[in-house]
Amino acid sequence: MEFKTFVFYLLSAVLVLSALRVITARNPVHAVLFLVLAFFNAGGIWLLLSAEFLAVTLVMVYVGAVMVLFLFVVMMLDIDFTRLREGFWKYLPVGALVGVVLTIEMSLVLGGKYFGLEAMPAPAATPAGFSNTRELGLVLYTDYAWPFELAALVLLVAMITAVSLTLRRRRTDKWIAASAQVSVHHEGRIELVKMAAEKTEPSAAADDAAAQP
Amino acid sequence: MNFDANYFYPVTAEIFVALMVLAIMLATAFARGIARGLAYALTQLTLVVAALMTLAALHGEPGTATNLFADETGSFINMFVQDRLGGVLKFAVYCTMMVALLYGRDYLAARRLDRPEFFLLALLATLGMMVMITANHLLVLYIGLEMMSLALYALVAFDRDSTRSTEAGMKYFVLGAVASGLLLYGMSMIYGATGTLDLPAVSQAVASQTDKREVLLFGLVFLVAGVSFKLGVVPFHMWVPDVYQGAPTAVTLIVSSAPKIAAFAFALRLLVGGLSGLAAHWQTMLMLVAAASIVLGNVAALAQRNIKRMLAYSGISHMGFMLLGLLSGIVEGKSGLTNDAYASAMFYAISYALMTLAAFGMVVLLSRSGFEAEDIEDFKGLNRRSPWFALMMLFVMFSMAGIPFFVGFFAKFAVLEAAVAAGYLWLAVLAVVMSVIGAFYYLRVVKLMYFEEPDVNAPLAAPPELQVLLSVNGLAIAVLGLMPGGLLHACGAAIEALHLGS
Repeated sequence: MEFKTFVFYLLSAVLVLSALRVITARNPVHAVLFLVLAFFNAGGIWLLLSAEFLAVTLVMVYVGAVMVLFLFVVMMLDIDFTRLREGFWKYLPVGALVGVVLTIEMSLVLGGKYFGLEAMPAPAATPAGFSNTRELGLVLYTDYAWPFELAALVLLVAMITAVSLTLRRRRTDKWIAASAQVSVHHEGRIELVKMAAEKTEPSAAADDAAAQP
Repeated sequence: MNFDANYFYPVTAEIFVALMVLAIMLATAFARGIARGLAYALTQLTLVVAALMTLAALHGEPGTATNLFADETGSFINMFVQDRLGGVLKFAVYCTMMVALLYGRDYLAARRLDRPEFFLLALLATLGMMVMITANHLLVLYIGLEMMSLALYALVAFDRDSTRSTEAGMKYFVLGAVASGLLLYGMSMIYGATGTLDLPAVSQAVASQTDKREVLLFGLVFLVAGVSFKLGVVPFHMWVPDVYQGAPTAVTLIVSSAPKIAAFAFALRLLVGGLSGLAAHWQTMLMLVAAASIVLGNVAALAQRNIKRMLAYSGISHMGFMLLGLLSGIVEGKSGLTNDAYASAMFYAISYALMTLAAFGMVVLLSRSGFEAEDIEDFKGLNRRSPWFALMMLFVMFSMAGIPFFVGFFAKFAVLEAAVAAGYLWLAVLAVVMSVIGAFYYLRVVKLMYFEEPDVNAPLAAPPELQVLLSVNGLAIAVLGLMPGGLLHACGAAIEALHLGS
C-alpha cells in the first residue's frame, strides 16, 4: 500500500469518527471541538488532492473564524440539551430505517462502478511551481465573475437579514455616537467664561445657614 | 485575456438593481426621518426602470435565443441567457413585485414593519428571481435560488416580535435549507455524470452518453425534490400553509406570487433546458407530484377556516395544475406538443400570480391596524359594506375555481388540453373532478359575501391607490379571461423562441 493511500484512509477514518461524535457527544462544547477536528481532517484530504488553497481556506475560515464563533455561541447560550434530545429513542427506528435504505441506495449507485478509480482517472501531473491559488483566482474573476459577484450579494442578504432581525434601539440603550465622540473639540466640552472677580458679602441668608448647626 | 465592457451589456438590469440596493441602503442610513418613505419610493422606481430596461432588451432582439458572454477568449462563458422567455418572465416578476409592494405598504406601515430593510430584501429577492430566470448554468441557477430564498426567509420572519411570524420563518428556513441541500446534491451528481455545469452542455452530454444513466437518474430524483419544494407541491408542501399563515400578509403577497413565476422558470431551464434527455423519467415523477398536489390541495382547502391557509392549499393545487403543462411536453412518438405544453404552463404561472395577488390584496384590504382579516368569516356580508370589492373578490374566486370567462378558466383549459394531447387522459379527468370539488370552497366565500349579514358595518378604510390598483387587478382577471389572446401569444412566442425540438 502506498503511503499516500495510508494517509488518506487515516484522515478519512478520523474524519468519519469525529463527525459521528459531533452528533453523539453529550457536551455541546465537545461536539464543536470534534467538528473542528473533522474540518482539520477534511483539510488534510484537500491537501492530498493538491488543492492547497481549499485546504488552507477551510482551516482558516472554518476553524479559525466560524468555529470559534460557534464555540462562543454555544458557551453563551443556555440551551437545554436534554430537552433537545427528548424523543431521540422514539424517532430512532424510523430515522434509522430511512437512513439505512438511503445508504444502501446510495452505495449501489455511487459505489465503485461510476466513481471508482477506473471511471475517474487521475488528472495529469502539474508542473513544478504550479500555483493552485493563481489558477483559482484566474477563473474566479473571469469565467465565474458572474456567480462570484452574485455570491457577494447573497452575503449582503445575510448581513441585512441579521441586522434587521436582531438590531433593536431601546430607550435604555447606552450607545455612543462614535462620530460625534471623535469629532468633539475641547471648546465644545467646557465653555470658559470670563467674569469679574466677586467679593462675597455676608448676607442675612448666609448668616442663617451658619447659625443652623 | 481581453476584457470588454460590452460583455456586461445584457445584464444591465441586474446590475442596476444590485446598485440600487446599495444606494437605497446608504440613502436610508443617512436620511433617518424619511427613510421609510424614501426606501419604498426608490424600490418602486428601481422596479420600474428595470422593467423598462428589460422591455428595451426584449424589443431589441425579438424572439432570438442568444447566449451572450459567449466569446472565444472564454470570459463569462454562457452563464447568462438572454431570450424572450427570460424577458417576459422578468417583466412579469417586476410587475408582480410592484403590485405586491404597493398592496402591502399601508399594511406594513400600520404595523410599523415598513423599515427600509423590508424593501431592500424585497429587491434582493427580485434580483435572485431575475438571476434564476436568465440562468444558463447550474451554479448560477443555484445562487439565484439561494438569493431569493434567503431574502424570503428573512421577510417571512420580518415581524420579529410575533411568535407566529418567527416560527414560520424558522420553519421555512430549515425546510428550505434541506431542499437546497437536496438540490445541490442532485446537481453534484449531474456534474459527476456529465462533467459540466453548463446547461446546454449537460443537455448534450445526457443525450449522447448512455453508460451513466443510474447516476443521472439518482441526481434527477434530488433535483425534482428540490424543484418541488420551491414550487410547494405535494409531498414537499408542508411549509406552504404555515408560512402563508404565519407571515405578515404583505409578505404572503410576495411569497405566493413572484417566486412561483421564478420557480417555473427554474424548472423549465433545469428540466427542459438541461435534462430533456431524461424527460420520460422526470415527467413520471412530476405526474405523481401533480396528481397528489391537485388532490391534497383541493381536499385540504375544504377544511380551512383561515383564508390564508385556504389560499395556501389552493396554491398547492394550482401549482399541481401548472405542472400538468410542464409534464406534457415530450411524449415518445408524438411531435408538436412541446411548445403548446410549456406555453400553457407559463400562462398558468403568470395568471396564477395575477389571481393570488388579487386574493391576498383583498385580505390586506379588509385588514386594518390591529385587525387581521384572516378568517373566511371576515368576508361575511362584504356586499353590504362595499359592493364593488365584493364583486372583485367574486371575480378572483370564480377565476381561481376555473369558472368560464375568467383568466383562471383559460389557464386550466390550456394545461388540460396539453395533458389530453399528450395522452394523459386519466390525469386530466382527475384534475377536472378535483377542481369541481375545489369550486366548493371558492364559492363558499362568495356565498358568505353575498348572502350573509356582516358582523361589522365599518366601511373599508384603505388608501385610494390600493383600492384603485386592486380594482384594476380584479378587472384584469375578467378582461384577460375575455381576451386571453395577448398573454397567450406572448407566452407562446417566448417558448417558441427557445427552439425546443419536439
